[in-house]
Amino acid sequence: MADKDKIMKNDDNENASLKSTSNLTTNENEMNEDQRVKILSPGMLVIKRFIRNRLAIVGTIILVAMMIFSFVGGLISPYKENQTFYEKSDISKDFASASLSTSYSFYYADGVTLESSLVEPSFLKSLSMGDNFATDKKGSFLYTITEQSEGFYTISRATSLGSVTLNDDGTVNESEFGAELQSSDKLQSTLLTAIETNEDSIEVDGNVYSVISTKKNNYTLCSTEKVGVATNKIISLIDENEAVSYEFVNALEAALAEDKKELDYNGDSYRLEENEGFDVLYKGESEFACISEYSMNSESGEALPIEMRTAILKAITAREKSFEYKGKEYTLKNKDKAYTISTLTKKELLDRHAAPSKQHWLGTDKDGMDNLTRLMYGGRISLFIGFIVVIIELFIGIILGGMAGYFGGWVDNLIMRLVDIAICIPAMPIYIILGSIMDTNNVDAQFRIFYLMLVLGILSWPGIARMVRGQILSLREQEFMIATEATGIAVRRRIFRHLIPNVIPQLIVIATMDLGSIILTEATLSFLGLGVKFPYASWGNIINAVNDSFVMTHYWYEWIPAGFLILLTVLGFNFVGDGLRDAFDPKMKR
Amino acid sequence: MKKFILKRLLMAVMILFFVSFIIYALMRCMPMDFVTALAQKKAQSGAGKSVSEWIAQLNAVYGLDKGLLQGYGSWIAKAVTGDFGESWKYTIPVTEKFGSVIWYSFVLNIICFVLEMAIAIPLGILAARKQYSRTDYTITTFALMGISLPSFFFATVLKLIFCVKLGWFDLFGVVSKYHETMTPFMKVLDMAHHYILPVITLTIVSIGSLMRYTRTNMLEVLNSDYIRTARAKGLSEKVVINKHAFRNTLIPIITLVGGMLPGLFSGAMITETLFGIPGIGYVSYQAMVEGDIPFTMFYMLFLAMLTLLGTLLSDILYAVVDPRVRVH
Repeated sequence: MADKDKIMKNDDNENASLKSTSNLTTNENEMNEDQRVKILSPGMLVIKRFIRNRLAIVGTIILVAMMIFSFVGGLISPYKENQTFYEKSDISKDFASASLSTSYSFYYADGVTLESSLVEPSFLKSLSMGDNFATDKKGSFLYTITEQSEGFYTISRATSLGSVTLNDDGTVNESEFGAELQSSDKLQSTLLTAIETNEDSIEVDGNVYSVISTKKNNYTLCSTEKVGVATNKIISLIDENEAVSYEFVNALEAALAEDKKELDYNGDSYRLEENEGFDVLYKGESEFACISEYSMNSESGEALPIEMRTAILKAITAREKSFEYKGKEYTLKNKDKAYTISTLTKKELLDRHAAPSKQHWLGTDKDGMDNLTRLMYGGRISLFIGFIVVIIELFIGIILGGMAGYFGGWVDNLIMRLVDIAICIPAMPIYIILGSIMDTNNVDAQFRIFYLMLVLGILSWPGIARMVRGQILSLREQEFMIATEATGIAVRRRIFRHLIPNVIPQLIVIATMDLGSIILTEATLSFLGLGVKFPYASWGNIINAVNDSFVMTHYWYEWIPAGFLILLTVLGFNFVGDGLRDAFDPKMKR
Repeated sequence: MKKFILKRLLMAVMILFFVSFIIYALMRCMPMDFVTALAQKKAQSGAGKSVSEWIAQLNAVYGLDKGLLQGYGSWIAKAVTGDFGESWKYTIPVTEKFGSVIWYSFVLNIICFVLEMAIAIPLGILAARKQYSRTDYTITTFALMGISLPSFFFATVLKLIFCVKLGWFDLFGVVSKYHETMTPFMKVLDMAHHYILPVITLTIVSIGSLMRYTRTNMLEVLNSDYIRTARAKGLSEKVVINKHAFRNTLIPIITLVGGMLPGLFSGAMITETLFGIPGIGYVSYQAMVEGDIPFTMFYMLFLAMLTLLGTLLSDILYAVVDPRVRVH
């Protein structure tokens, strides 16, 4: 731009005018206020002009605040960049289930080999038909079933001794007696009496026989041998390692049948405590088993303690919706006689999208991380990328621009064509393509940042190269350079002492402005998901959360602050850059 | 002048050649997602070929089996004749797709362009006239804020306020649901309605640079000797500003604005994508992300051409507007 070329000239003019002013003052030996101001060194003049520009001061304050926020904030913040936060929430968790037992448990005597697969279905069938015997498919009965007490059945193997068929009037129509029955008149008469009185068991000479009616008016006398017990009660033992034996059930059943509260088994004495709906069995003083119609399973697979069981059963029989056990509240849900016992358990969940609070001033994000801390670290990365990129572009730009400007000729031509080409390459599409290349190659998030810096730097140097070349070209022709040549100053000294320092003000202005625009570009790329990636925070990828429209509409505190931080920072750089430009270029001052 | 333009054009062709080669090389580095995905789809749909066979065949079809230089050679041979191939993603010739979407972008950009000039130039001049006044600070702050605003953030805030909270506009798209049933006049209004937010976004974001440029140049003009002379002659401030200063400020402004003209066709990638306007920026963003080489190549070359054209145009305009400038 034309105005840039002139700026340095002005500085030089000013130097010249300063000299003349100082001459003037020494000559006339007086110094009024205006002149005193003008005697200030050029650097001080620039600072003075800078300070007079209110926007530049505002920009400086913003930038200082941002630096403190980003670089010191991360140290002060009690949280780390990737620290996730959890919230404790009550979750209703199924604890156990209880259901009315519809199946039967079978206990068989030792040494009895019963094909349980045969017995059990026929047992259930005859039970449902109200029969007191179980037959096999052929109809020859095998077992008798006797209900001893409610829910307790004895299963006995039956051996037919003979059968008798009666007429309707009660007279014997046909009889088919086995040898034992044939020989015992007493047995026969007892059978007939039993049939008349409708009894199903008879006792003769100390032996117990069963009378079974399979068909109408047909009675069979069987000798029975007790082989097993079936019960629909669930006998759950406290000690999981122990098993309920047939003999024990037998004894228990006998006690229950006689309504006894105590029983002895294997030398131990047991005590039965009846409750409504369930019984508790004590062995000595300690609880031994719980007998109820409900089968219970805990969700965790662990055995339920007896107190728990009794508590559940109490609640079920009392038709309560909830109960308390060891200070915890449990709720019961009844569904078709199956109860689900659930309890509220404290569970730790990622504290997502938490609203601003004392712990998290700006809430938490979708990963349960503290927004404010992420903003601090994001600022650190954004500013860091800005600085590095500016250093890269200054480095390339000054070297190439300086070479082109100082050497001229074919070097100049070559470099300028390179600049033309570089300027023509559309930056944004290149960033996007490189971003997706890195995406597919799964480049590590940290390396991505380095690549991003490199690419941004490589694509933004032409502007600086052009400016430096233009400056050096115009400076080369100026009188002070001719003077350096005339006084015989070495080439190196001419370049580094006289040319470069005169370009520095322009470079500072450009670098400041570029810092802002690089932060903006980086934010845009990160927003598109092509720049800085999780787990690293950057202001751009924090705003990326709005791709979820629910976050955009409901959690303003997650993305609005990041946007304002970008705006403020870039604004700060622009204010300062603008102020510096005005300060370096006194011609703009009226 | 003719010689200058011819020289610049020749230079431009050379630059385009190199730029296109660089872009082509970059595109070839891109992961062949597109071909792989397509091959997997084809392999699944039967026809008895494995994925790798399909990849080989598709690479041959898309000319990816050749080396970098060969591939570029065959691409440029066709491109010179205006044949940019068929878009992989859109499966129609690239130029056809381009022709169907460019107008969405052009309309958006031209509206912004006009608004920008109408707002930025007067405000820039005003700021320069009252340098370091409250007006100047306000205008400069406004301009710098526009420059500093991330467009994606501004667009999202606008969407949140006007689309979600107030419900005045649709969140996405360029036409409403009942567009087809509308009268032609209503159709235009409907489109205009959908363009409001994108236009606001783009204008605010891009207004700052022109405003500051105007201010800087106006300041320079106001500090020049002929303005002092004009004032010394006793001309009224109005005449000084409107006749002497303004006309001279126009020289750099016209140069800049002329250089901006080709940019009207370049599309606004972020804004279009965020508002769902199917312009060239949005369409090429989709193509880029999916690895559609022919379309991306064409778009990038198109952008490079626009840049070159812009510089050329501003150089020519500079010479035309300011007779003091001699073209070598």
